[in-house]
Amino acid sequence: MEPVLDNLDLYWEGFLRSLSIIGWSLVGSLLLGTLIAAFRVSPVASLRAFGSAWVTVVRNCPLTIVLFFMAFGLPELGINTSFYVFGVAGLIIYTSAFVCEAIRSGINSVSAGQAEAARAIGLPFTQTLTQVVLPQALRATVPPLGSVQIAMFKNSAVVGAFGVGGDLWSAGQTLTSARGFAYIPVLTGVAIGYLVITLSAGALLAVIERKVAIAR
Amino acid sequence: MSQTSVLYDAPGPRAVRRARVGTAVALLAFLGLGVLVVLRLADRGQFDAELWNPWFNPSTDTFSQVWELVGKGLAATLIAAALAIVLSLVVGVLLGVARMMLGRVLRVPVVAWIELFRGLPVVVTIVFVWRALVELGIDVSVLPGEPALWYLVIGLTLYNSVIIAEILRAGVGSLPSGQREAALAVGLTNGQAMRSILLPQAFRVMLPALISQLVVVLKDTSLVAVIGLGYLELLRRGNLISQSLDNPIQSLLIIGTIFIVINYALSKLAEYVERRMGRASVSSAGGDEQVPAGQGA
Repeated sequence: MEPVLDNLDLYWEGFLRSLSIIGWSLVGSLLLGTLIAAFRVSPVASLRAFGSAWVTVVRNCPLTIVLFFMAFGLPELGINTSFYVFGVAGLIIYTSAFVCEAIRSGINSVSAGQAEAARAIGLPFTQTLTQVVLPQALRATVPPLGSVQIAMFKNSAVVGAFGVGGDLWSAGQTLTSARGFAYIPVLTGVAIGYLVITLSAGALLAVIERKVAIAR
Repeated sequence: MSQTSVLYDAPGPRAVRRARVGTAVALLAFLGLGVLVVLRLADRGQFDAELWNPWFNPSTDTFSQVWELVGKGLAATLIAAALAIVLSLVVGVLLGVARMMLGRVLRVPVVAWIELFRGLPVVVTIVFVWRALVELGIDVSVLPGEPALWYLVIGLTLYNSVIIAEILRAGVGSLPSGQREAALAVGLTNGQAMRSILLPQAFRVMLPALISQLVVVLKDTSLVAVIGLGYLELLRRGNLISQSLDNPIQSLLIIGTIFIVINYALSKLAEYVERRMGRASVSSAGGDEQVPAGQGA
């Protein structure tokens, strides 16, 4: 395990870089996914069509192809930026489709009777939405949204493998190819880094789920 | 609109009008965006015949070559995915049953194994398997096919078998507890109850989730294209083609479409099976584990 212990600083930098990929993708995918979900449940037919087309295409396309498209397709159109931005943008686009479906399933899990009752006692649309439907929908959204995001944390390794540079994956690359260490200890270090992220995220999610759980 | 009825009341004439106006406005906006993209593509010469001809014009000499390579790549992808899902099913059922049947102490290593591979990114698992097997000098060439295929398949199996074990556990958990109690009451042992009462029913409930998992496996085979493992599956073939033709947008579009069509068909199949069963699938039946259907990479 010397290659790992001697290069803890490299791993630490990579760990932080991976966390930054994850952080940006978390925020971005939640925003974009919520927007697409709003499209998918809106009364405007063309927005709905766009939303379901987005989800169908993105969800059935491998993340790798989305990333290749960002990194090799967009430059052909004259859009040039760093691999980091391409990678994070690709991960955001890919995850947004799953976020959208998680949110939509949360909204659909609220029974129609809740909104009907709210309307029956005279609440206007905004209050029905903000006081009755959304509070229940958001709670129901937490577990699926959590697993979507944890899957995204793991997918950040794909972005790393794609060549963002400086992240946990690249730390392993540097140690094995540039410095010639054996793969097994180095990759064990990489694996531990990702396990720390996913297992602690899983534990955190369990706590949040318990907090927001509702007895129905 | 029945799905979204929780959000909106039945629309009156004004709401209908507003929705129509909104539809038109949004449509115009999308059209405008589309025109911008098309103009940009045209501006950059992306509609030039030489970029598309190798794919669509049978009279070019590359046409048959390109599609033959794609065919080979698709076959390689399907073989890897099929092997991985079958192996995952076998290993996953063993793991799932072990987790459910073993005692509190004996279960610990199984649970640890499941948590370990569930928490690892599958791309890390694949690279680990590949590099570790090579480094330890373990020869996979006794198996039919090239070694790279088996590194991929073993990596995918380690990840997906664990997911299937969890799907199975959720499936058994979703059965009424009376099933097991009745089986024990008529004198079946724990093992017999699992084998002949619980598992057959759990498999039925699991089937849609299993098909969704196949989508994940198919998508994950394309990971070899980013890790440099020399297995020429669909995406890697596509990348090689796009490098020699110098048309990344066109080639990726075609490879992406092939993936999307296959995966879309599989997810529709999963939905159809789920409807036919007339029961909630595992993932919505509320086992204590959430099964993320269809994400993968």
